[in-house]
Amino acid sequence: MTTASELRYDRDSRYTKTSEWVRPTGDGKALVGLTDYAQDQLSDIVYVEFPEVGDTFGKGDSFAVAESVKATSDCYLPVGGEISAVNDELESSPQLVNEDPYGAGWLVEIVMDNPAELDGLMDAAAYQAFVAEELAKGEH
Amino acid sequence: MPKTELFDRHVALNGRMVDFAGWELPVQYPSGPIVEHNTVREKAGLFDIDHMGQLVVTGPDALNYLQYLLTYDISKMVMHEAHYSLVCYADGGIVDDVFVYRMPDRYFVAINASNTTKDAQWFQLHTHGFDVKVENVSETTYMLALQGPLAEEILQPLVDIDLCGMPYHTAQDGRVAGVQTLIARSGYTGEDGFELFFPTEKATVVWDAIMEVGQPKGLLPIGLAARDSLRFEPCMPLYGQEIGAEISPLEAGLGWAVSFDKGPFIGREPLLKEKLEGPSMKLVGFEMVDKGVPRHEHLVAIDGEIVGEVTTGMFSPATGRYVGLAFVPTEDAVLGTEIEIVIRDKARRAVIVKRPFYVPAYRRK
Repeated sequence: MTTASELRYDRDSRYTKTSEWVRPTGDGKALVGLTDYAQDQLSDIVYVEFPEVGDTFGKGDSFAVAESVKATSDCYLPVGGEISAVNDELESSPQLVNEDPYGAGWLVEIVMDNPAELDGLMDAAAYQAFVAEELAKGEH
Repeated sequence: MPKTELFDRHVALNGRMVDFAGWELPVQYPSGPIVEHNTVREKAGLFDIDHMGQLVVTGPDALNYLQYLLTYDISKMVMHEAHYSLVCYADGGIVDDVFVYRMPDRYFVAINASNTTKDAQWFQLHTHGFDVKVENVSETTYMLALQGPLAEEILQPLVDIDLCGMPYHTAQDGRVAGVQTLIARSGYTGEDGFELFFPTEKATVVWDAIMEVGQPKGLLPIGLAARDSLRFEPCMPLYGQEIGAEISPLEAGLGWAVSFDKGPFIGREPLLKEKLEGPSMKLVGFEMVDKGVPRHEHLVAIDGEIVGEVTTGMFSPATGRYVGLAFVPTEDAVLGTEIEIVIRDKARRAVIVKRPFYVPAYRRK
């Protein structure tokens, strides 16, 4: 079994309990993606269905769908905002989400409605503890 | 939940264990389903498929009995030959698909995991009037599959028979790592390879011996996810998806496994009628034109009207295409026909293409 300490975390990101990360990049913008734990659980990603640039979503809304070999999984926006870019690279190389979840495997860029919403999210240490609990639940 | 004899091996290999047909089996190992899939296509993979069932048929009437139960004309099978067949209900619907191995002292029948009890009962039910003995040996028989272009090279040093001279779809009684085994050159991946049947208590002996020889050559253990994608690309049917009680062999494109000229067998009359009239629906292959991953039970539409359903769909690792199999009305089952697959309430364009998506390696020889 994968353990929480074997997984990667990005110190500059904030995290949701649905295992998305959001990383502010300045000017009220932020990148959003799936965590290492999320991609590990999903396994090989074969397709990501994106929203349109300009679409707006509230905090917690489903904004994309990640399809792995065996599963289809909704992705939820960690903070409300407008989609300002989607990662086109994933169209031909969806495996980037598996290989580099906090880097080349980012999903969308957003303009945040209210950056203060970030404060309600977990930091990397809290998220790692959350993942450890989730993994412990899975072991019966 | 029953665990296979190899449960500890799968856990030690960090296999991700899931419930499958009532068994706890690995859906994947750490390398992931796509690497596992490609490894079987390029090198070799080892599958724990102990959940599969097996029946042994013996007695003076074994041939006549099986001729009555199976759709294929097994009187055509030479000694040591293996062949695919269907077992049908009286109405032509499919009980199961099976592999029959003709051995000097017995017919050996490999059946599907989820159908083991049903099949054993069906076989038993029809022994009346035949001098035949049907044994359900599923509990005492272990089944491993070693598949891929390197399978022969990996297995040869472990066996006491000459694999080089052994044609595809034949079987020999022999020994693997000293264990008495029915060695069959067959499989469910579209690659050359072997299926091994031996006593359950020897599972770790055989598994460990094959892993030891194979791992330096690139052999990987393979989980259920890759097993499904590997059987899907060459369009091998899966019970509950491409075949089932409500589906006839002719609809499923398996008419080649139905021998109408062999005399009576269960399901012959309705199937013959269907053959003459033509089946009302047909299984077709399709490729996505719009983006999206087709999946089992997605609806199929033509010009906005629902006409059928996807049986299996996925990203095909060997071809890099998003493809699927679906039942559509026979009049629409024409290559090049534009269809729509309904994915998350949105109709997405697809086109009917040739099956299989991957021509089995053993057929290309």
